[in-house]
Amino acid sequence: MSVKKLSDLAKTIRSKNAGTDKITFDVIFREAEAYELVKRSGALTRETVAARLRIDPQRITDFVEYDPAFAIKFTILRDQPSGSAGDGDIFGAQQYAPFLDLEVDTAA
Amino acid sequence: MKSLKIICPNGHLGFAPLKRESFRLGVAEKPDYIAADSGSDDIGPVPLGSDTCASPKAWQRHDLEEMLLAARELDVPMLIGSAGDTGSNSRVDMYVEMIREIAAEHGLAPFRIGWFYSELDKELVRAKIRSGSEVTGLDARSPLSEAELDDTTRIVAMAGVHPYRALLEQGCDVIIGGRSSDSAIFAACALHHGFPEAQSYYLGKVLECASFCAEPYGAKETVLGEITQDWVEVTAMHPGQRCTIASVAGHAMYERSNPFHEYVAGGLLDMTDCRYEQVSEKTTRVTGMKFIPAEQLRVKLEGSGKVGERFVGMAGIRDPYTIAHVDEVIDWAKTQVRDRFGPDGWELHYNVFGRDGIMGAMEPLRDRPAHELMVVVQGVAPTREMAEEVAMTGTRQLFYARLPDVKGTAGGVSFVFDEVMQASPAHRWTVNHTMAVDEPLELFPLHTAEIGA
Repeated sequence: MSVKKLSDLAKTIRSKNAGTDKITFDVIFREAEAYELVKRSGALTRETVAARLRIDPQRITDFVEYDPAFAIKFTILRDQPSGSAGDGDIFGAQQYAPFLDLEVDTAA
Repeated sequence: MKSLKIICPNGHLGFAPLKRESFRLGVAEKPDYIAADSGSDDIGPVPLGSDTCASPKAWQRHDLEEMLLAARELDVPMLIGSAGDTGSNSRVDMYVEMIREIAAEHGLAPFRIGWFYSELDKELVRAKIRSGSEVTGLDARSPLSEAELDDTTRIVAMAGVHPYRALLEQGCDVIIGGRSSDSAIFAACALHHGFPEAQSYYLGKVLECASFCAEPYGAKETVLGEITQDWVEVTAMHPGQRCTIASVAGHAMYERSNPFHEYVAGGLLDMTDCRYEQVSEKTTRVTGMKFIPAEQLRVKLEGSGKVGERFVGMAGIRDPYTIAHVDEVIDWAKTQVRDRFGPDGWELHYNVFGRDGIMGAMEPLRDRPAHELMVVVQGVAPTREMAEEVAMTGTRQLFYARLPDVKGTAGGVSFVFDEVMQASPAHRWTVNHTMAVDEPLELFPLHTAEIGA
């Protein structure tokens, strides 16, 4: 199978707080083709996200394919509210890194 | 009025200064309003709990001065929401005072200022709970308990359009708001002139983060929104930025869990059927938004509670054997604190950078640590003296950890500083809930005054 990294297909891969208790992830593509390819490939689903972040799938509160922006967006509950002592990322801005080298089957 | 124009120069006023060139280009478009939000819960629970700002006063004053001088020059209203990062009462007073000072300094002609407060008396919330009106948790939180309320230091209620509309109706030229939904600040201006709710709230939604709805990326640049009965248009003011279909549609997802729905006090903005159209090089037009009024008026509450005083220490590790056993090193240090202070009444937190300091248990590579680690230690306790000793013990005892096969017996970690530093007191977001209210203005007392009269 022919494989590409998500970071080679997406224009933007980012994470940020969505309120005090959640972190939301946006994977945005430049054009419909790459967006549709990643959707078809099954590389990004509730299950693959949960596995990548080693979390219970129950912690994923939203998983949306957002056609107007060619974007796949998902949101997780934090294990403690942002900025509690010990939180290593108050803004939730560096949690996307494990998705950069996610493998996408381009033959899908 | 067939159309109305608003400019927004900054998505979080004060957090970093607005960029003047695009702001002045926006002013030259002769907008009907100049508005910005100054708040965020991104900054963590400390500013609200300790009633401080996350931003230097000089940056806040810089933006207020630019905006006030432009608004008075054009003779149009200026609106600021969520004063001073948190929108607490003291931050509103501080902004009102800054406006007075700037007006006096520049000898501005008399104008009318309005402001409102958002802080809530805890006893009012307690009475609500006791009356059987549930204070409902957001984001999987349980309903607010009296115990959690007791642990809360300060609560603000998130205002919708209501206090802004009331102050606009009273003819205010400048409005300083307590904690507010950022979209409501802009929506209030459009609703004040009779534009439909759907377009008005969408206008607020797209403007609230200023140039985050434009591309290429570049924060703190001004954008201009225009509303009619039928559509909203948004235009980048910076010469190098454009509002495109992708950038405007993309912004609808920013910092929210769902790109289709935006909840405000009073209803829901539904963006599911939005249509985007590039009408000129720098401008995108949006149609198809809907607004669904809420059956019951519920207001979002934010609350922060103090956990304790806090000190921070740091220690580095280079020995691969020690890196492989860093958890045992940490356990040793924790045990020394436990021996000194007992099993509870204090907290120690360790972030191990180079392993999983940023992502914690979610880190996929946590079993492949780097060749050097930085351990950040936080000690939290009821008094400063105790927090300092907890942090100092939790840091320095890393140096003395007893690993059976370690070769380096002269000290187990490296120090950049052999000291611990006082940090802000540790706080926790205790309230992220909604509360029912009968009357939309009941939580937001209004005030007005003449300045320069």
